[in-house]
Amino acid sequence: MSGTYFVILAVLVGAGFLLGAQRARGLRSDTGSALHSLPAYHGLYIAAAVLTVMMAIYVMAAPLAEHYVLRQAFGAFDPSIIAEQLQRDATLRDIQNLVAGSYQGEPSDTLKAGAAAYASASSLAFWGLNGLGVLAGLAVIFWGLSRIQPELRARNQFEHFVKYVLLACSAVAVLTTIGILLSVVFEAAQFFSKISPIDFLFGLQWSPQTAMRADQVGSSGVFGIVPLIVGTLLITIIAMLVAGPLGLFSAIYMAEYATPPIRAIVKPILEILAGIPTVVLGFFAALTVAPLIRSSGQSLGFDVASESALAAGLVMGMMIIPFVSSLSDDVINAVPQSLRDGSYAMGATKSETIKKVVLPAALPGIVSAFMLAISRAIGETMIVVMAAGLAANLTFNPLAAVTTVTVQIKTLLVGDQEFDSAKTLSAFALGLVLFFFTLALNYIALKIVQRYREQYD
Amino acid sequence: MDAMIKTPVAPSAPRIAREKPLKIKARNVDVYYGDKHAINDLSIDIPDSAVSAFIGPSGCGKSTFLRSINRMNDTIPSCRITGNVEIDGRDIYDKTLDVVQLRARIGMVFQKPNPFPKSIYENVAYGPKIHGLAKNKAELEEIVVTSLKKAGLFEEVKDRLDHSGTSLSGGQQQRLCIARAIAVNPEVILMDEPCSALDPIATARIEELIDELRQNFCIVIVTHSMQQAARVSQLTAFFHLGNLVEVGDTDDIFTSPRDKRTQDYITGRFG
Repeated sequence: MSGTYFVILAVLVGAGFLLGAQRARGLRSDTGSALHSLPAYHGLYIAAAVLTVMMAIYVMAAPLAEHYVLRQAFGAFDPSIIAEQLQRDATLRDIQNLVAGSYQGEPSDTLKAGAAAYASASSLAFWGLNGLGVLAGLAVIFWGLSRIQPELRARNQFEHFVKYVLLACSAVAVLTTIGILLSVVFEAAQFFSKISPIDFLFGLQWSPQTAMRADQVGSSGVFGIVPLIVGTLLITIIAMLVAGPLGLFSAIYMAEYATPPIRAIVKPILEILAGIPTVVLGFFAALTVAPLIRSSGQSLGFDVASESALAAGLVMGMMIIPFVSSLSDDVINAVPQSLRDGSYAMGATKSETIKKVVLPAALPGIVSAFMLAISRAIGETMIVVMAAGLAANLTFNPLAAVTTVTVQIKTLLVGDQEFDSAKTLSAFALGLVLFFFTLALNYIALKIVQRYREQYD
Repeated sequence: MDAMIKTPVAPSAPRIAREKPLKIKARNVDVYYGDKHAINDLSIDIPDSAVSAFIGPSGCGKSTFLRSINRMNDTIPSCRITGNVEIDGRDIYDKTLDVVQLRARIGMVFQKPNPFPKSIYENVAYGPKIHGLAKNKAELEEIVVTSLKKAGLFEEVKDRLDHSGTSLSGGQQQRLCIARAIAVNPEVILMDEPCSALDPIATARIEELIDELRQNFCIVIVTHSMQQAARVSQLTAFFHLGNLVEVGDTDDIFTSPRDKRTQDYITGRFG
């Protein structure tokens, strides 16, 4: 149904453009008068009008048509079937299979009647929607052609259209964010109706295993997220201790000291590091770094778990170096050369100039580079799954196994799960916590930037 | 005795060069940017305690030569310089000379005001701090206040020394840059078209300041404005296509230039 409609839409939009442009050109040669807008804008004016009207008709009429088809199809059935979501969906599938001729077995009379109603209603809806679309499209084209005059400000009108298209595109991103947030909030609300938010946020123990059936022996589950938050923070801090200095210093080297040929080689290589899939980094952490830490730790007399926060944090730090270095490099390069000249002319050395003039001026950008890197570290899952383990230990010891919020979300949702148990729903509550966590971080970063911003023009 | 130590000056040399001691001496200087020959065999004597102006059409090499005096051209990788530049008889392109210390003795003011994105106080304190000129906070404050007073900016900013230097108006920013330059008590101040981004009132203010500073500093100024050169300088050098065409007392250059190109330029026939 929709496919045909959009083919018609494309044809009419194209036709509108060509006719509009042609009419405008004809007008110019007939009357010899100068047009306000170029002929192409007259074409675009009509095309935009056709697109807008036909899209509006589709958005309004398509749901109505679908609703009509379903009502006709279910007309023969018992209302109790329609009321139940699962049965209703199953019946609709049966009807569709019967219409398509792929129904298995002998259909009941009710089903046959439903299928017949469905088929006729579908065809009516198909012709109705497409007919309405064609009529409206043609009407708009004729209306547009009648409006084309030398004085028509088609160029300005098209500018308005462009503005709304751009607005719609940015609205998609915003609405998606709101949608994601809402879907998490509703699931999390179900979780909090089973488990108290106080226990969730301040509990010191995390053990989500619950009995799936009444006859099963199992614990009732303890949902305290403090160990997960601590694990997340521990790994993030380790990662930033690696990526912060290394990333920033390599950015300073690339922006201030490296000659152009060296920079041309080093920068792409650093960016390749950002392109390595995290799962590859994960087994590098689990198979190379973790055993190395374990054996060197043991030779020094430490008790090191085979999966440790340190291994995951170190590798994650390597992963986010390019985020810090690449973004910092860009902002350092954006500091005007005149500030550097001013400092050199005062008799400052290169490192004094960088420390006292360039870095303070680039600070807002550097802070946002760090924040992006931290968000990346908090959200990273794969490396931690493979290198830090699943044990929810409440510890600040980097040599112990810890787990993070994202790892638990992944663990809770993988495999066959009941969708109404506290165990599964807790994943959404964790997601919500993570969301607010990064939101708070972004807010803090914004405040830091505003506070310490050193404005140059 | 005294006369033997002084560099001998030819009788035809400008009066100002005979009255004042020699500060900067350049001989046979050539500057190249890659393949481009920016300055061709330049020799000049610049006196102390006076204002020397470099004039000439755009691209004539006057800024390039100015930047050769404090070796700012070192920051441009493709730049190459030959010949001899001496300050107080010391070759500044000598391998053993520390360029950072050289620049501490030579202040520079740029075409576009470039205060650091720091407070007014920190802008002026920048040089004294990196060179360790103040023993304690009180001394540093003394230096900052004196420099701002010398630059004629103190009265306007004394209540807001903690405000950002970039919050000032263009003319105030340029005076802040002058205060910053004189805070390290340099011997030479180089000014690269210091008024080209300013309005006439701010320009007049800076010109007055240059005239006051002349008592204590050797000032070299590059300018596009011939009126400005005539107003503030005692010595004028006319550059054209990388050549130093004529040097003389400012009065002589503007009233009786010896070279035809100089005459054409100052009468507005080209440039």
